[in-house]
Amino acid sequence: MKLTLKIWRQKNAKAKGNFETYKMDNVSPRMAFLEMLDALNKMLVEEDKDPVGFDHDCREGICGSCGMYINGHPHGPVPAITTCSLSMRYFKDGDTIWVEPWRAKPFPVIKDLIVDRSAFDKIQIAGGFISVNTGAAPEANSILVQKKKSDDAFDSAICIGCGACVAACKNASAMLFVSAKISQFALLPQGRIEAKDRVRAMVEKMDNLGFGNCSNTGACEAECPKQIKLTNIARLNREFYKAF
Amino acid sequence: MSKVLFSSISKKFTMALAGLFLLTFLPIHLTINLMLLKTEPGPFNTAAHFMATFPLIKIMEVVLFGAILIHIIYGIWLQIQNWLSRPVGYVSSNKSEVSFFSKFMIWTGAIVFTFLVLHFFNFFFIKLGIVKGNPEDFYSLAHNLFKIPAYDFIYLGCFTLLGFHLFHAFSSAFQTLGLNHRLWTPVVKVVALVYAIIIPAGFAFISITLWLFR
Repeated sequence: MKLTLKIWRQKNAKAKGNFETYKMDNVSPRMAFLEMLDALNKMLVEEDKDPVGFDHDCREGICGSCGMYINGHPHGPVPAITTCSLSMRYFKDGDTIWVEPWRAKPFPVIKDLIVDRSAFDKIQIAGGFISVNTGAAPEANSILVQKKKSDDAFDSAICIGCGACVAACKNASAMLFVSAKISQFALLPQGRIEAKDRVRAMVEKMDNLGFGNCSNTGACEAECPKQIKLTNIARLNREFYKAF
Repeated sequence: MSKVLFSSISKKFTMALAGLFLLTFLPIHLTINLMLLKTEPGPFNTAAHFMATFPLIKIMEVVLFGAILIHIIYGIWLQIQNWLSRPVGYVSSNKSEVSFFSKFMIWTGAIVFTFLVLHFFNFFFIKLGIVKGNPEDFYSLAHNLFKIPAYDFIYLGCFTLLGFHLFHAFSSAFQTLGLNHRLWTPVVKVVALVYAIIIPAGFAFISITLWLFR
């Protein structure tokens, strides 16, 4: 395939960025999107140019590092996958592909397509944990958990914190991420003990970091690679009201 | 205390409650307006007089204006925060599947508010004595206004936008209040759709009837 790439290039956090155009002539439809970028970078290095900076780690759709905004979609046009799982067969010969970094005030660009997502870590540190004594693993059946709640908690816990929800939201809201982290604890007995402190602290941190407000548009749910549901946001709201 | 009152979720909670209260007012207003279709001015003017003088309604009027103010102020406040949260936008337009009307809430809200100001000049300010007119004969006043085509176009346009605004607002308020349920949320969405069609359509029907057929 022949493709035209329009990629956001920005030398560092303080530099003014711009789009650069790259022509790719031999892109195989069997390539993954990141492999295509690897091929581009190889070409750039051989030309003694600066390669495109992008985050990646597992390349198996698990870690969520590879966040980038492709043709108007976080992680690209295919639902429920991360960028590393995006195959080039979803693009056509002659396509122009726009690749941008996540855009949100709390996610400043570090270089090219790499953004600083430590804002999510700060929210987690504020309350996204339970306080337990370490030691031997407790007996599994000592605290009984309803199967449905256990499943729902797990469905929330699979959030990988990639930031696609923030990137997709027109308000750059982090409500889906925070609600998933709140839900995974709120649904389980172990998480109830610190539930009030947790939700107060995490929402306060989210607000202080400058994320926008949720206006229930549903873009976050539509673009989440792990299909975290909007019902989590309703639960977060309920947990917040119960905390006062 | 300020953390509780002014957190992002609290602001949305307050805005949702104010919005839901406003939703209860529209059917009452529509019911009274339907009396404009009668050939006799008596029933409408009596209802308008009752609404303007009955003590409980006068108290509710203060609550109503409070709800409008809170809804507008919080709406603008939240929107400014939303704009500030993304100082650099995307070049490629967002193609995420979203509730279509949710993208334009601030703008549909702003246009409806502009119409509300016009509406106040036409009726409410006359009642207060700020604008000249007969507060005991809103029937003739309304009939005369609906005879002006430009007014009808503005009226119909604004109520169409109000319908778009209400469609998202209705179900969104329930989500904000944390009232999400596997069985009931789809019902709320259907009720929102019906409400968002029937209420503006009712007002539009009166406007068109008085404009073209009276």
